[in-house]
Amino acid sequence: MNEVHRPVDEDALLSVRGLQKHFPITKGLLKRKVGAVQAVDGVDFDVQQGETLGLVGESGCGKSTTGRLLNRLLEPTSGRIVFAGRDITHMSQRRLRPIRRDVQMIFQDPYSSLNPRHTVSAIIGAPFRIQGIKTEHGVKRAVQDLLDLVGLNPEHYNRYPHEFSGGQRQRIGIARTLALKPKLIIADEPVSALDVSIQAQVINLLEDLQDELGLTYIVIAHDLSVIRHISDRVAVMYLGKIVEIADRDSLYDHPRHPYTNALLSAVPVPDPARRDRAQRERILLTGDVPSPIDPPSGCRFRTRCWKAQEICAVEEPPLVPRLGDPEGHATACHFPVADDEQIAGRRTRPPTASVVE
Amino acid sequence: MTPNESTPTAVGTPTAFLDVRDLRVHFPTDDGLVRAVDGVSFTVDRGETLGIVGESGSGKSVTSLAIMGLNRGRGPVHTSGEVWLDGEELIGASAESVRRLRGKKMAMIFQDPLTAMHPHYTVGHQIIEAYRIHNPVSKAVARKHAIDMLGRVGIPRPERRVDDYPHQFSGGMRQRAMIAMALSCDPELLIADEPTTALDVTVQAQILDLMRNLQEEFNSALIIITHDLGVVAELADRIMVMYAGRCIEYGTAVDVFERPEHPYTWGLLGSVPRLDRATTARLIPIQGTPPSLIQLPSGCSFHPRCPYEPRTNGRSRTQMPELVAVSGTHQVRCHLPVAERRSIWEKEIRAKLAGGEAS
Ligand SMILES: Nc1ncnc2c1ncn2[C@@H]1O[C@H](COP(=O)(O)OP(=O)(O)OP(=O)(O)O)[C@@H](O)[C@H]1O
Ligand SMILES: Nc1ncnc2c1ncn2[C@@H]1O[C@H](COP(=O)(O)OP(=O)(O)O)[C@@H](O)[C@H]1O
Ligand code: SF4
Ligand code: SF4
Ligand SMILES: [Mg+2]
Ligand SMILES: [Mg+2]
Repeated sequence: MNEVHRPVDEDALLSVRGLQKHFPITKGLLKRKVGAVQAVDGVDFDVQQGETLGLVGESGCGKSTTGRLLNRLLEPTSGRIVFAGRDITHMSQRRLRPIRRDVQMIFQDPYSSLNPRHTVSAIIGAPFRIQGIKTEHGVKRAVQDLLDLVGLNPEHYNRYPHEFSGGQRQRIGIARTLALKPKLIIADEPVSALDVSIQAQVINLLEDLQDELGLTYIVIAHDLSVIRHISDRVAVMYLGKIVEIADRDSLYDHPRHPYTNALLSAVPVPDPARRDRAQRERILLTGDVPSPIDPPSGCRFRTRCWKAQEICAVEEPPLVPRLGDPEGHATACHFPVADDEQIAGRRTRPPTASVVE
Repeated sequence: MTPNESTPTAVGTPTAFLDVRDLRVHFPTDDGLVRAVDGVSFTVDRGETLGIVGESGSGKSVTSLAIMGLNRGRGPVHTSGEVWLDGEELIGASAESVRRLRGKKMAMIFQDPLTAMHPHYTVGHQIIEAYRIHNPVSKAVARKHAIDMLGRVGIPRPERRVDDYPHQFSGGMRQRAMIAMALSCDPELLIADEPTTALDVTVQAQILDLMRNLQEEFNSALIIITHDLGVVAELADRIMVMYAGRCIEYGTAVDVFERPEHPYTWGLLGSVPRLDRATTARLIPIQGTPPSLIQLPSGCSFHPRCPYEPRTNGRSRTQMPELVAVSGTHQVRCHLPVAERRSIWEKEIRAKLAGGEAS
């Protein structure tokens, strides 16, 4: 890698630099390596204690892989992960154990992430037993306290997952996560499998728990409205890279990267009065996301970008503040979108970007 | 109040292109009778778009499958009511005559393209076959039409991709190919069941744009089924909100978004964070969970979750409210007096939604 990464942020709870995960593609009996899926390719960010970082982007851009790297479910190809001042990038599983407790994951699918043959009490109590954590009034009481905390009836500790609805199962998953009193929770699409009416319940619960327990979150989602609601800072990913990162309001009010602009303009707004305007201002991207096996040279978005010029194919744009943005708002684009252009650019439908297959 | 109020246009010859009257679809199961759809009525004209919203299990898909005659032959099912399509009644018609209407008269886009496409045939082959059922043309002509349709739905290099198998397409391309297939015979009624739920927003925007353009071009009647309020707000002229197999609110898009009168509709609007509004400190969720369709709550099916139930003197718990017109275009199923509903919406709900508690 020839990129220069900023030094790690010593004050942050989590600081990530140049994080990379390449999945090798092998061929034949000898498993000869013929290429690699560049799922995550040089990602930098910091998460401060008590804040929520939102990670958005289209399917396959590397969000879940990033999450799984952070709690070392996957082995990074390169880069650094510093958690609470300790470099955990290549720490052995044994030494990782106490840190594993501090970094927990919540998954998208509340159906498959709970063992159907175990009672709720066994599921939520398992972390206590496995990690050998002492509980003040016994495991049963601890489980009941957790059920109560996530808004489930403590009387139900002996029931099985199938006896609960999707939203309730997601609460069980959250309770299990909280059992270990984690510092950082990585929630991968925590509400996207739930009905709209239930999504709001779970989002509110996550927010309440954060206030009450001082938790730090990384929330992965493809829903830009949910991410805006829940995050303090937001990182937009495209093909394994962060293309823009900023404080929530800075990102949503002054999106600089053409991709961020396209994403935001594509969200349908539940207001029929704004229908015509929304359609007029919409940036319609053409083509599909290119393959992460053979990403475009230079800027990876260039095959779908209506602002692309020659330099975009040659030189990868660094992720830095642009157009006088504050330090915390960085964009990886040679021709970032200015505030006045945002409106003008959306009104005249951009010439549909040429599709390069 | 008459029992007919749930069937607004109940008697006489239908004037609308699609006229669904008191549709009921019940499935006998080992656990009991599932009342998936229980007395639903609506109309859709040519060139018009109806949006059907509701959470999962509220009966949206079963409603559309009943119109298409596709609930039959999937185990025991009791279907009653009337479905008039261009003057022809379909519920009482033979399976064979309904089948003949599929493709040309009516077509459907499914949430999962793989349910509609055969994995062992190329995408082109499937469009060609569908086209030739209704059009007596040579294979070569049909192939040209298939390539043309794939190009129109935005598949790059359609002359090459036409010979691909479905699995060689990305999710968004498969969805577009299925739309090409559904549109290949210029259907007069197109039902799109969650056509973009599995897609990214950028692809969703492409697909919605496509459906809008094609509808304008062919002046077809369109039903779009979704749980995404944003999608219906963009496409629908009229909206039906379903809860537990029944329509609980029906009106123009402006009625439903600007002056909704049903507590469940308010709940839906409060549950979703919105990009066009200031960020609110808290979402206002609907309490509880959707009911079992085998044992529906007594009275108003929504009553165990409704914060306004106490204001109805127990009626909500004992008596099912009728779907009653509150204006020429707007119908609501709720015991609260109309004036009280309007005042709750204006004074209590609207302000909260507009981001009154901005953080
Ligand atoms: N074990 C693996 N081997 C090979 N490729 C993989 C592996 N896991 C993920 N990938 C690839 O890495 C890329 C990023 O995947 P990832 O699951 O992180 O995406 P995502 O952003 O979470 O997408 P989604 O929104 O669909 O969940 C994809 O191209 C995916 O196919
Ligand atoms: N063949 C069937 N047998 C029994 N129950 C069914 C059948 N098809 C659908 N249902 C039930 O009918 C209800 C409505 O389903 P559906 O219309 O698919 O909901 P949605 O609004 O999510 O599209 C659900 O409770 C579903 O489980
Ligand atoms: S660097 Fe060039 S191609 Fe990439 S987003 Fe910016 S303008 Fe578009
Ligand atoms: S009828 Fe009663 S319970 Fe049902 S929505 Fe109206 S107020 Fe709520
Ligand atoms: Mg993922
Ligand atoms: Mg459905």
